[in-house]
Amino acid sequence: MTLSHTNGPGRRGTSRIGALFAAPYVLFVLAVFAVPLGYTVWISFHRFYFTAPGAGVDSPWVGLSNYRDVFTDPVVGRAFLNILIFLVINVPLTVGLSLVLAAALNAKLPFRSFFRAAYYVPYVTASVALVAVWAFLFGSDGLVNHALGGLAPDPSWLVNTHLAMPMIAFFVTWKQLGFFVMLYLAALQNVSRELYEAAAVDGAGSVRRFFSITVPGVRPATTLVLIYAIITGANLFSEPYLLTGGGGPDHASVSPVLLMYQKGIEQGHPDFAAALGIVLMVFVLAVSLLARKISERGD
Amino acid sequence: MFRRTASALLALAMAGALAACARSGPDAATAAKAHGPITVWLSNNAQEAAWGRQMVADWNKLHPDQHVTAQNIPAGKTSEEAISASVIAGNTACLVFNTSPASVPQFQKQAGLVDLDDFPGAKSYIEARSGSLADQYRSEDGAFRQLPWKSNPVMILYNKKLFKQAGLDPEHPKLATYDQFLDTSRTLVHSGAAKAAIWPAPSSEFFQSWFDFYPAFIAESGGKPLVENGKPQFDSPAGREAATFWRSLYAQKLAPQEAYPGDAFGDGKAAMATVGPWAIAAYKDSVDWGVVPVPTSDGRPASEVHTFSDLKSVAMFTACKNRATAWDVMKFATSRSQDGKFLTATGQMPLRPDLTDTYASWFAKNPGYKVFADQTRRVVDVPNVAGSIDMWQAFRDSWTKSVVFGRQPVDSALRDAASKISEILAEY
Repeated sequence: MTLSHTNGPGRRGTSRIGALFAAPYVLFVLAVFAVPLGYTVWISFHRFYFTAPGAGVDSPWVGLSNYRDVFTDPVVGRAFLNILIFLVINVPLTVGLSLVLAAALNAKLPFRSFFRAAYYVPYVTASVALVAVWAFLFGSDGLVNHALGGLAPDPSWLVNTHLAMPMIAFFVTWKQLGFFVMLYLAALQNVSRELYEAAAVDGAGSVRRFFSITVPGVRPATTLVLIYAIITGANLFSEPYLLTGGGGPDHASVSPVLLMYQKGIEQGHPDFAAALGIVLMVFVLAVSLLARKISERGD
Repeated sequence: MFRRTASALLALAMAGALAACARSGPDAATAAKAHGPITVWLSNNAQEAAWGRQMVADWNKLHPDQHVTAQNIPAGKTSEEAISASVIAGNTACLVFNTSPASVPQFQKQAGLVDLDDFPGAKSYIEARSGSLADQYRSEDGAFRQLPWKSNPVMILYNKKLFKQAGLDPEHPKLATYDQFLDTSRTLVHSGAAKAAIWPAPSSEFFQSWFDFYPAFIAESGGKPLVENGKPQFDSPAGREAATFWRSLYAQKLAPQEAYPGDAFGDGKAAMATVGPWAIAAYKDSVDWGVVPVPTSDGRPASEVHTFSDLKSVAMFTACKNRATAWDVMKFATSRSQDGKFLTATGQMPLRPDLTDTYASWFAKNPGYKVFADQTRRVVDVPNVAGSIDMWQAFRDSWTKSVVFGRQPVDSALRDAASKISEILAEY
């Protein structure tokens, strides 16, 4: 009887009103995401460049030609390798440090609010300002090299082919850490205090409690942190652009998004940039799905 | 109800998208004869913007029915990117008084530029104003799509105070040959007078080669452009000499491999800079400067040294509805009288073959600019070829790899760059 009532005309009325309220957002998603994405896919299969209004220039179908250009361009390969280097450094560091820090900041510490805010400040500060701080520290004439003296790397950190990308990975880890700590802090509020008390009664030490209660307790948050960190890494633009002068020595820190900007905007090849964008999107989806599988293993 | 609403909204979105795709520009034939108000864009350089506003005020006084509005070029990483975006959007100003010749082929490909040859007398006006130098600014089909306006011939500006601190003679600096330049640079840096002898941006942007390699190559080759008759010219003894000279500066730590976050010359961190006469106004209160030509391996006399012109053009864009007025303003702004006012306000050189004679009294009062004016007779610009920016980017990639960071021998890097540029030219 109840079931019949909820599936009756009243429910359909509610559904219609809900759908009506959702319609503006659906329209927004179509206009801002779906249409541009479809247009990007279309561009990637045509010989295309941006023209003045009414120019009447043909955009012939070229099949996979733009994709072939993307896959045979050594700079694209370098950009994806750079992203892998970035992810290998950034993602484990982000997950590990933010979880440990969140667990520490969740405990009763003196000046706890100060520490919570301190980790969050870099995240809410503009990248441009932080890049200046990083350059002051790691420039060839910077504070770190002064401290290291003869042990300083040559060429220096940000113009060193081997160090440029790791430096960007460390910079982004440091900048984003506060946000991920906040995610974990929120997740930790849902882990039952009784579990910790019971484990303590059973004689479990703090390390055992961390791995047996905290880590499994925040697993959904870990999945979110992983995927978000991967997407952030794949979308790298400002940091290599600002920190290493537009892609670093010999493309050592060029990222796919930076390359899309250079090819599509600076050099006037939006068709190549569109194909690269689609390849990047597939790459991010694949890596994110893989990360999700790994993080949710054992659930 | 929902289906109907959703269908209506979707139809609206699609209609909007289609309307956006079906945009159109002004009719060319009508616009070419139309007079009326126009907008012009000016460089963000303070002196240049001040001249532009004065020029527009002069025009508006004489032509109240064809009002001109002056604005600075919209902000962007470079002016060229801002202009390119506005070409696509169809809202470019009628005239842009800061168009880089390297971007002209791209704007042309985007159907963003008006062919100036369509205006009666335009070709002869441009040729008469700029003389034989105007030939460099024709498009590949022989038409003018830019009016070559003002040149900033690149020379070596040096800081006399730092030279003195290093124990060098600031009035007679030894900078004519590569060996002299390197010796002087070593003295400047090793004495501690300056952190860097010279500090051009070592970064990968395509246009940075205009301020390190290109002037050196033009000087060493006696005035060759990067590409001539569809063939790269720099994989040659002159190109190798110029690149090896710069490699020595980087290898000996006389030029830093890291970009300076600001103005290294203005801040006294670099003792020398490769700049045009625009720099005189910029540094007049902060640096006691001297100027010499770009060095060559054999130290040829100043009167034989060629360099990069760093010229900017005036271009008319297809978004313009009143092109007849725009052409008249273009001629007015590049007239003998306005060129004189421009020279006085900015110190930059209008591209006139008779510059020093035409404005003799001004050069007599401002002798510091005379050497730049003499240099304008021997300038070379970027080649006006399709794929220009791709070509410069390919060159820059090889340059940073080999010359700045020493990860590839200079000879093979130039060979690779020449091969890549040949491919780009063939593709276009």
